[in-house]
Amino acid sequence: MQRIYLDSNATTPMRPEVVAAMMPVFTEDYGNPSSIHWFGQQAKALLDNARQQVARLIHAETSEIVFVSGGTEADNFAIRGIAESQKARGRHIITSRIEHHAVLHTCKELEKQGYEVTWLGVSSDGLIDPEDVRRAIRPDTILISIMHANNEIGTIQPIEEIGQIAEAADIYFHSDGVQSTGKIPVDVKKLKVELYSISSHKIHGPKGVGALFIKKGTILKPQLTGGGHERNRRSGTENVPGIVGFGVAAKMAREGLESEMKRVSELRDRLESGLKTSIERIHVNAENAPRLPNTSNIMVDFAEGEGLVISLDLKGVAVSTGSACSSGSLEPSHVLTAIGKTPDEAHGSLRFSLNSTNTVEEVDYVLEVLPRIVERLRELSPYYKRA
Amino acid sequence: MAYSAKLLDYFENPRCVGEIDNADAVAQVSNPVCGDVMKLWLKIAEGTITDAKFKAQGCSAAIATSSYATEMIIGMNLKQAREITKENIADALGGLPGSKMHCSVLASDAIREALKGFA
Repeated sequence: MQRIYLDSNATTPMRPEVVAAMMPVFTEDYGNPSSIHWFGQQAKALLDNARQQVARLIHAETSEIVFVSGGTEADNFAIRGIAESQKARGRHIITSRIEHHAVLHTCKELEKQGYEVTWLGVSSDGLIDPEDVRRAIRPDTILISIMHANNEIGTIQPIEEIGQIAEAADIYFHSDGVQSTGKIPVDVKKLKVELYSISSHKIHGPKGVGALFIKKGTILKPQLTGGGHERNRRSGTENVPGIVGFGVAAKMAREGLESEMKRVSELRDRLESGLKTSIERIHVNAENAPRLPNTSNIMVDFAEGEGLVISLDLKGVAVSTGSACSSGSLEPSHVLTAIGKTPDEAHGSLRFSLNSTNTVEEVDYVLEVLPRIVERLRELSPYYKRA
Repeated sequence: MAYSAKLLDYFENPRCVGEIDNADAVAQVSNPVCGDVMKLWLKIAEGTITDAKFKAQGCSAAIATSSYATEMIIGMNLKQAREITKENIADALGGLPGSKMHCSVLASDAIREALKGFA
């Protein structure tokens, strides 16, 4: 069966160039970058090169990139690192209700440790109002953490405006850039962030590697102590093959960004307009907000998301849903709840997230099979009455 | 989620879908947490279920278990039908993950609810 992957906000296929760059690092250039001999220095050079490639993608200085194990570690490091280094100054953190769980659960954990967290709500399009951030600031606020782009609905937050507010108030600003990096232009200087999380496997790199941008002069309490790697910021022998792959993925993401954004958004728009034409009673979430070019989150009335995902999977198409029925906790997506959707509405949600390897043919195949799937599930519903 | 081939077959090709005009018993049950719902129609003659049909809105497991149970009770006497448990239905379809067990198997409750007024 033909398999179509439209779940790229979960993970992406590695580019062949990425795999090719990594292979010799496993078997030939396998040195430890901390070693002073030839093997070590070969690895050190690879590490430095990758650091430069990643830094360029987000317009950072090379020394401002710290490699970590992924987006989750980057978020934990940023938030816990500031919370611990700044606790003498205050214990108040501002974040939003639609953050990724890596931020959400880390802030909840800090609440248990005596920190106070302001959880900002969002508009029905999933947007944070910078004025809400300004109003939430207190004398003891030490950190603002707001994601750049949302993984479920794709909304792009006004990070630059929030960055100006944070800068004026002299408060550290972290943004989770896992979904935005490689999909839209990112310039950490313009965004005025001190901390920015990125992940390799969301941009066609390997899993198990990511980076935290730490602006020069930002003091973070290290979360992993040991041999003092990464300029004493993150101990542990660097995942050199992974980092090399990440570097190549970052380089390719930067070079292809504009054309890929255009291509992917055309595919996404083709998908959305096709679905709106062929299926009645569907709604596109965050349709009028600034959105990632690759993400489409729709809600289908009278059909349930998990059933839609399984039906599409049986036709070879991989997507995801925010329905309670697909989560282990049986809670609907916190993002859909935050934008004001009822559990019933969230019940029928579907997320398509594309990448540059997707094709028009793949989108057209979805447009061919999904209306029939929806029709079939609606025919089963005791609530559905044909118009 | 690893579903069995049998469960997926009942999801993709559900048996006993529809409504029964002049049904002898009708029940609708739903899960307030996730929102899954099942409606069941029964024809009953001389203490035996002679026909059954269902409609459901929910995940693949909810639809498959609803269909399987509806098919299963045709021909059963009321006592047998009432004795069907969530576990019986799930086991017959190759088992379900723990979290799915309680939310998605609506049929056993629907059967008991439908048979409430019957001796």
